[in-house]
Amino acid sequence: MSTLVATTVIAPLLCAAGGLAVRGNTPARDGITIVGLLTAAASAVALLVDVANNGSRVVRVGDWSPELGIVLVADLFATLVLPVALIIIVVVEIFAIGQRRTAWGANPELAGPLLCVLTAGVSLAFLTGDLFTLFVAFEMILVSSYVLLTHQGQRDQIRSGMTYVVMNLLASTLFLFGLALIYAATGTVNIALASERIAELPDGVRLGIGAWFLVVFGTKAALFPLFSWLPDSYPTAPTTITAVFAGLLTKVGVYAMIRFHNLAGMDELGPIMLLLAAATMIVGAVGALAQRDVKRILSFHIVSQIGYMLMGLGLFTEVGTTAAILFLVHHMPVKTVLFLVGGLIENEQGTSTLAYTGGLATKRPLIAAFFSIPALSLAGLPPFSGFVAKFAVIRAGIAEASSIPVMVAVVAAVGAGALTLLSMTKIWLGVFWGEQDPTPTEPGRIQAAGNRRAMVVATGLAVLGTVAISFSAGTLFDLSQRAAAELNAPRTYIEMVGS
Amino acid sequence: MSIALLLTVGGLTTTGLYLITARSLSRIILGFSLLGHAAVLSLLIAGGSPRAAPIAGTAEQMSNPVPQALALTAIVISFGLTLFLLALAGRQQTLSGDDLVEDDLEDGRIANAQSSEEDL
Repeated sequence: MSTLVATTVIAPLLCAAGGLAVRGNTPARDGITIVGLLTAAASAVALLVDVANNGSRVVRVGDWSPELGIVLVADLFATLVLPVALIIIVVVEIFAIGQRRTAWGANPELAGPLLCVLTAGVSLAFLTGDLFTLFVAFEMILVSSYVLLTHQGQRDQIRSGMTYVVMNLLASTLFLFGLALIYAATGTVNIALASERIAELPDGVRLGIGAWFLVVFGTKAALFPLFSWLPDSYPTAPTTITAVFAGLLTKVGVYAMIRFHNLAGMDELGPIMLLLAAATMIVGAVGALAQRDVKRILSFHIVSQIGYMLMGLGLFTEVGTTAAILFLVHHMPVKTVLFLVGGLIENEQGTSTLAYTGGLATKRPLIAAFFSIPALSLAGLPPFSGFVAKFAVIRAGIAEASSIPVMVAVVAAVGAGALTLLSMTKIWLGVFWGEQDPTPTEPGRIQAAGNRRAMVVATGLAVLGTVAISFSAGTLFDLSQRAAAELNAPRTYIEMVGS
Repeated sequence: MSIALLLTVGGLTTTGLYLITARSLSRIILGFSLLGHAAVLSLLIAGGSPRAAPIAGTAEQMSNPVPQALALTAIVISFGLTLFLLALAGRQQTLSGDDLVEDDLEDGRIANAQSSEEDL
């Protein structure tokens, strides 16, 4: 069973190498990519079943002691998030193969292998048990994302790519400083050992470390006020790439925060996190209202939704962490589907700017249906998964509603939900109702059609996935609760890794 | 812990951060190189007092090898990223004739739309 842990990282890496070795524009590369991603996803699902039934697995790479070597820890939190992430990547890759022949398709010679490297990085980030490997995993994800974002070399991609690279590089450098800080204070970078020793440090040093990593992970997760790079850069990339970024990248930052700050017991940072969460929710949702392009509206909503997860974490209760994990699992597929639908809209109408689209509800009712389900879920209406997740977060907040920051966060959560519904309505009015503006006046408007069937099938699969999540919400809630209980009892984790 | 090393880290960080605030990408690249060095040096400081090379003698005589291994990894990564940033700057140079980081166009458009509505 411990081979499964390694497979999720190694299979995509091997297939990235294989994909780069294939020359020209052949189906062989698509095959290699899909096989690698499917292997990783299947291992992740098997791992979830195994860990849910038999408890966590710890793999010591090379059998080094945890003080010195790399430790991979497959606990319930990691294995719950991992299969969701990997299945999303498989679906997006199917969409990408369909979209290839359109003007918005990414260059297949690079996109497939780089997606594999990104997948390996995501797996490693979820499974790693030490902070330095987390740094390396972040770099694997980011370096492939830099290239995926800018590889077509168009003007706006280079422009927004610069902001993206500079912001993330700064966060990575701060991460390195933070590692030096932790190593100097505790003599280890292993999360379990470090969190054990952090508890014994003087309060100033302890909270300093917590605040430092809040900034580092907060930049990756696009928290207020560190989110400015996100809505600028994401919409310029090809849809498939944006869909992966939207579903996964910021969530890896949130994941790292939930794991590190919970295990290290940074409860005193809770009020600050709650206020940041409230600001993130409101600023993201209000920012979205001002936009006039489908992809930009959706990008601002990524920021807004990150606030809910941070709110769950900032409560530092078991109920709160449960809600944050559940929100994470619900949010990843929903956001990806919305961007895939954005890609379908772009493919049908030649643009995703609201002023130039319209009338899609009668012409392509299927796309309208594909949009409405995840959109309502994102806004948090029952019976979709978004309702369960938002309800869990707000309920966790109300249970603790004794201090002002908690109340501010609860009010912001309800308000941001309403604003989300408003901007989803805006997209609906702009894209699906009315008539399309027939004059192609907007520069860069292209008429192109790729393999629509593959794109529609991939989006349909993903929509079904989000519906499945709302139907299995009970099971997911139980699993999230168990994962949160593990995170809130760091002793078990520390003993498991350290022994 | 040596004061000289600490001052070096401080100096490199200050200069690096100052350079990163520039608009020109080539200055930003220089800034990140300096910041990377500062981070690597702080990893070395975290390793404790200097002793013999990690391969020689017993554990008591050696300096701590772990931060050095971490530093080596960090150096390789920052080297690769510096090259990527240079390529990005080169591409911007061919597209626009300079290597300045530009503003978010859509943001500007929305801000302008707001002010023209107020004029009416």
